[in-house]
Amino acid sequence: MNKNVAGIWSREQMAQKIAEDIPDGSYVNLGIGLPELVANYIPADREVIFHTENGLLGVGPSPKPGEEDDELINAGKKPVTAIKGSCFFHHADSFAMIRGGHIDICVLGAFQISEKGDLANWSTGETDAIPAVGGAMDLVAGVKTVFIITQHFTKNGESKIVKECTYPLTGKRVVNRIYTDFAVIDVTDKGLYVIKMAPGIDFDFLKKNTEAELHLY
Amino acid sequence: MINKIVNSVHEAVSDIFDGAIVLISGFGEAGSPIELIHALIDHGAKNLTVVSNNTGNGHVGLAALIENRQVKKMICSFPRTADSVVFPELYRKGEIELELVPQGTLAERIRCGGAGIPAFYTPTSVGTPLEKGKEVREFNGKKYVLEYGLKADFALIKCETADRYGNLLYNKTARNFGPIMCMSANSTIVQAKHIVELGEINPESVVTPGIFVKKVVHILHPVSENKLISENFSYL
Repeated sequence: MNKNVAGIWSREQMAQKIAEDIPDGSYVNLGIGLPELVANYIPADREVIFHTENGLLGVGPSPKPGEEDDELINAGKKPVTAIKGSCFFHHADSFAMIRGGHIDICVLGAFQISEKGDLANWSTGETDAIPAVGGAMDLVAGVKTVFIITQHFTKNGESKIVKECTYPLTGKRVVNRIYTDFAVIDVTDKGLYVIKMAPGIDFDFLKKNTEAELHLY
Repeated sequence: MINKIVNSVHEAVSDIFDGAIVLISGFGEAGSPIELIHALIDHGAKNLTVVSNNTGNGHVGLAALIENRQVKKMICSFPRTADSVVFPELYRKGEIELELVPQGTLAERIRCGGAGIPAFYTPTSVGTPLEKGKEVREFNGKKYVLEYGLKADFALIKCETADRYGNLLYNKTARNFGPIMCMSANSTIVQAKHIVELGEINPESVVTPGIFVKKVVHILHPVSENKLISENFSYL
């Protein structure tokens, strides 16, 4: 939750900010959940090809009700469509696209991001949880640019942007940019630099509500 | 004469022995060979190690095979999904083993197993809990983890179209792990919706060359896992 801060970005606005930063001609992998919204906001004058790790380049919009196909799904196992010019391939080819550095951008959710760009997004480390990793570690290890979309706070009101991740890592020094409901933040060798803030957020407030150290360009 | 077509799912799975390593195609329901898995339940081989991306849904297919206590160990990347109930319960009770593998590493381990490559290095999982106990080596200043190729005794695969040589075509995202699993099993068993004459599959379009396939069985109308789950169907 957002501690009822006024003037912050909605989920749709966060997705729109990301979409605006995706260049024409990019190959993009969207994670499950919130990242999927990004596809709705690609500017009309740009051609962006969406990859899903279960073997499709050229993911299209959701099918109309009644036109779902059990054998045409995305990584979240939801029905999708395939655009004209799309192609299907097997899992080793799909992950060669990811691990071989052919995918330009991936957009993922997060439990925690550290100020060095470490990402934790697959396990909270609880002992009775069933561990499940999917393709997250492959994406952060192989994709050229990693964008994170997440609420600034956890459900308990804690900062998700931390000095050191306490949850099990997905990858070390892998995140390039963080889009929260409060701000857009670059991860650089010199630390975290704020690019933009939501209308109701100023830098002092942002610093007070972020565990990791923040800088302005 | 080469004819890999067999007459029934029971004949198709009849060689599977206790303790075998079995690859099962599919990503969620898409590409899951439900009829072959149900035949394996009837066949009864036990202490299996099963390699599949997920652990099945509801009480059908892979979930039913696990529920019937035929699986001692799962090797997979994502053992819990929305409708996955059987595996989580047995895992929490400590009654089934799990080897958790990142999805791309799983695919590459299977591909390498089929290509005669014993091991490879990958940056996936470096610096994470899944790196523990594995050799890490640096190439050009970057760290990589050693992973081993995965060879199996059997593969159970769903495809769209096959001929008697075992050449295969798949349907959309139901292809997923099928082609690489066909390569890395000693004995690959396929269920096909359509069986066609030699030459009807364009040689330029063949996805799995027949050399990787041992047996093919014709299942014209495979059941829909989603439908069975919505009806609360249990195979056992």
